[in-house]
Amino acid sequence: MLILTCPNCGERNITEFRFGGEIKRNSPKPEDGASDALLLANLYLKENRLGVQKEWWYHRAGCGIWFIAERHTKTQVVEQTYLWEPQP
Amino acid sequence: MSIKLIKQALNGHQSLIPMWRQQPMRDSYDIVIIGGGVHGLATAHYLAKNHGITNVAVLEKNYIGSGGSGRNTTIIRSNYLTPEGVLFYDESVKLYENLAHELDFNVMFSQRGHLTLAHNDSSLRTMRWRAEVNQLQGVDSRVVYPDEIKKLAPFMDLTDHPRYPVMGALYHPPGGIIRHDAVVWGYARDADKRGVHIHQKTEVTGITVQDNRVTGVQTNRGTIRTSTVLNATAGWSGLIADMVGLQLPIETRPLQACVTEPLKPFLDVVVVSGTLHFYLSQSDRGELVMGAEVDPFTSYSMDSTLEFVEGLAGHVLELFPSLAKVRILRQWAGLCDMTPDYSPIMGFTPVEGFLLDVGWGTYGFKAGPVSGKRMAELIATSRTPELIAPFSYDRFYTGKLVGEKGAASVGH
Repeated sequence: MLILTCPNCGERNITEFRFGGEIKRNSPKPEDGASDALLLANLYLKENRLGVQKEWWYHRAGCGIWFIAERHTKTQVVEQTYLWEPQP
Repeated sequence: MSIKLIKQALNGHQSLIPMWRQQPMRDSYDIVIIGGGVHGLATAHYLAKNHGITNVAVLEKNYIGSGGSGRNTTIIRSNYLTPEGVLFYDESVKLYENLAHELDFNVMFSQRGHLTLAHNDSSLRTMRWRAEVNQLQGVDSRVVYPDEIKKLAPFMDLTDHPRYPVMGALYHPPGGIIRHDAVVWGYARDADKRGVHIHQKTEVTGITVQDNRVTGVQTNRGTIRTSTVLNATAGWSGLIADMVGLQLPIETRPLQACVTEPLKPFLDVVVVSGTLHFYLSQSDRGELVMGAEVDPFTSYSMDSTLEFVEGLAGHVLELFPSLAKVRILRQWAGLCDMTPDYSPIMGFTPVEGFLLDVGWGTYGFKAGPVSGKRMAELIATSRTPELIAPFSYDRFYTGKLVGEKGAASVGH
């Protein structure tokens, strides 16, 4: 079983967590004039990367925090996990 | 017979006739199909057979049928939820019914009947909904109750002992199982006979686009000039689409499956439970072929996990406690390209000459024939056939999704 390191609780079995999806970069925004069609499609379009992916995880059977993992989607090597912080 | 085999073994099987030839790669083809699974090969077959288009190459990075086509749990059915879905999969079932004759190859389609169990009121209501939609499109499905289920699957625990007792089911007589490898080989042999080139161990490494039009494909064995490329690579389809700068609404998830040791025939129908997240059938070898839902996170790995087989066994034993001592023989996984609405993505894209037959998730094998036939039609006529129009790529821009999650999978 894969092990994921919760920033709060430490190493736990992957079955304790729920995957929250890839973290999208450069999403179109209405304030930048993006059309309705583009905004809608952005809800669905994915990078679906084969490589190291930044993604959300939720510790559902533990402390309940949401955190970010950087994981290689084929080798499953998790480079790091950390809490989200607002960008300056 | 055995003397002939020994003789052939001694001269290195030189006298065996290959089912599909290894042709030299041309430097250009009219159509290049990326992906040598049932979808890619069926498209090539129908292009040649129905439209006389034979200057076609099927490029497969491994051996044909090594992807989802060789890893599925062999279930064929058309008992979907939406009218668009039902019509589409029904055409596939009808093609499967005649496939052995059409390909002159025994695909072993056993239309033994298919049961989708309902364990609560809302599921039963959904089964009734599906039955009505099916019947309206001329597809044979109806709701049955434990008395009839008992006759169809006598070994199922229909008492109130399970945590979620069975209340009823959607019974779909035309559903069944098939020999998936035979379908791949049958299509490949026939396409090859008609002049299509099948190139195995040929990996696409790039696609050239000029003025928003496809002009060629780079592979590990050289470059091919072409103006029409079909992406039929399922779990890997995002990587191919990326080569033309196209983003897909797809997430790749592994789907695991397993088989038990052979048992004497005791299960005549295919049994599916959404509540218990499993589907199972007994193959002609007596093995129980079992599957559940996709792994719960994006992954391109085809590793098998203990949590999958533990979870599946626990759920199956709820309904079939007599199987407790049966041994699991083998476990494997394949990659599924999951879409937001559990319906495929077929047809034209904003990049001219780049076509899609993707988004097949966990429900692609049953659609092989109809996809091949209709994608061949699309390619030959440059028009989207009405049957597959609801599955266009632009529906993610217009919001007209075709929601089939409940009927397409046993996911949460």
